[in-house]
Amino acid sequence: MGNIIKENLNSDGIDRRGFLKCMAWAGTGTLCVMQGGVLKSFAFGHGSNLDKAAMQGDFAFAQISDSHIGFNKAANPDVTATLREAIAKLNALPQSPEFVLHTGDLTQLSKADEFDTLDQSLKSVHTGRIYYVPGEHDVLNDNGAQFRERYGKDAQGDGWYSFDHKGVHFVGLVNVMNLKAGGLGSLGNDQLQWLKNDVRHLKHSTPIVVFAHIPLWSVYPQWGWGTDDSEQALSYLKKFGSVSVLNGHIHQVMQKVEGHVTFHTAMSTAFPQPAPGQAASPGPMKVPDDKLRSVLGITDINFVRGKHTLAVVDSPLSGG
Amino acid sequence: MKSYIRNVFLCAGLLGAVASAAMIHGVSIARAAEEKTAPSIAIDNFSFTPKELTVAAGTTITWVNRDDVPHTVVSTDKKFKSKALDTDDQFSFTFTDTGTYNYFCSVHPIMVGKIIVK
Repeated sequence: MGNIIKENLNSDGIDRRGFLKCMAWAGTGTLCVMQGGVLKSFAFGHGSNLDKAAMQGDFAFAQISDSHIGFNKAANPDVTATLREAIAKLNALPQSPEFVLHTGDLTQLSKADEFDTLDQSLKSVHTGRIYYVPGEHDVLNDNGAQFRERYGKDAQGDGWYSFDHKGVHFVGLVNVMNLKAGGLGSLGNDQLQWLKNDVRHLKHSTPIVVFAHIPLWSVYPQWGWGTDDSEQALSYLKKFGSVSVLNGHIHQVMQKVEGHVTFHTAMSTAFPQPAPGQAASPGPMKVPDDKLRSVLGITDINFVRGKHTLAVVDSPLSGG
Repeated sequence: MKSYIRNVFLCAGLLGAVASAAMIHGVSIARAAEEKTAPSIAIDNFSFTPKELTVAAGTTITWVNRDDVPHTVVSTDKKFKSKALDTDDQFSFTFTDTGTYNYFCSVHPIMVGKIIVK
């Protein structure tokens, strides 16, 4: 119960102490329940204390991220095995996710056989559909041509798109292309313009879920963990009462609430990365073999219609 | 007997090596000198080391990726561009013209470096 936000909220919905408590590093999976822009957070390890009723929703979807198929270094010599464990965990959920979001870095080097291995593994997921956005590892050497050929035939521009599911508007963005020297992730003018038009005619009460690879908030710019023009993208979403932003890239769980916007990053299915500034670089982090599975995982998300409630559970591959 | 034959071949081989070394004497010296000073830039911990390097025109610089993640070496004004370099992969470029060359990693653009050619 230690991570539950108990503070009184300011009118802007930001609860600083609660926000700080809610930031969870790798290995400490967190359940977050959002109600009308207010985030409640529970340490996932305290499973017996979870209010199961709070997790009931109209539908559930899941997020997996950063599978890095093809990576074979010390931080995890068998990333296909841990992806399969994540899939087994997904398939064991009490409620099958209606769809799955993969938030990028499917592969390590954008190689065809890496994509093939990922596709083969994900065939066993019990879900209706899998939606993808590319990570920077998926668009090496070909500006994402292969990625779009496989996963983005119906997408716009470099691969962005939106869809509606049971009253919720989902937006998949691409922020790993055409990056500028010295900069961070980038959406670019074409995509921003598209986003503006995409959400223009939606009712303010429509819940919005945005997903992209690199965080759309400034996690740690010194390591490139942010997106240069994310503020402009978020300005188009200000009118909405409930906005949830799901990202990957940093291989650890972090959350933040800003007004009606909840930001959330997911664990990797492949290897952990260090907390911001806690290592010389953001490269793959070697942890003891018996600890690896506690810092990898999936995110299971329930949506409750009418209450604008999004419940997010980060589930490590072991424990929890 | 076998051992004797092998020694003969070995000697012949050595002689050959000496002879060919003599024949390309001038070139060998030049190449050795170049190798001694041929600058290389390490890509390590998501940074280029050294970050800034000054060389004479005509110098070939080699980048070597020492990280567990792929990086690229891309000139900001499109003068040169490597493919994605996996661990231990290298990229070389010969700088024939004087000037300042800014470059970055297009995968992790926070990584920047500079070559000054005099």
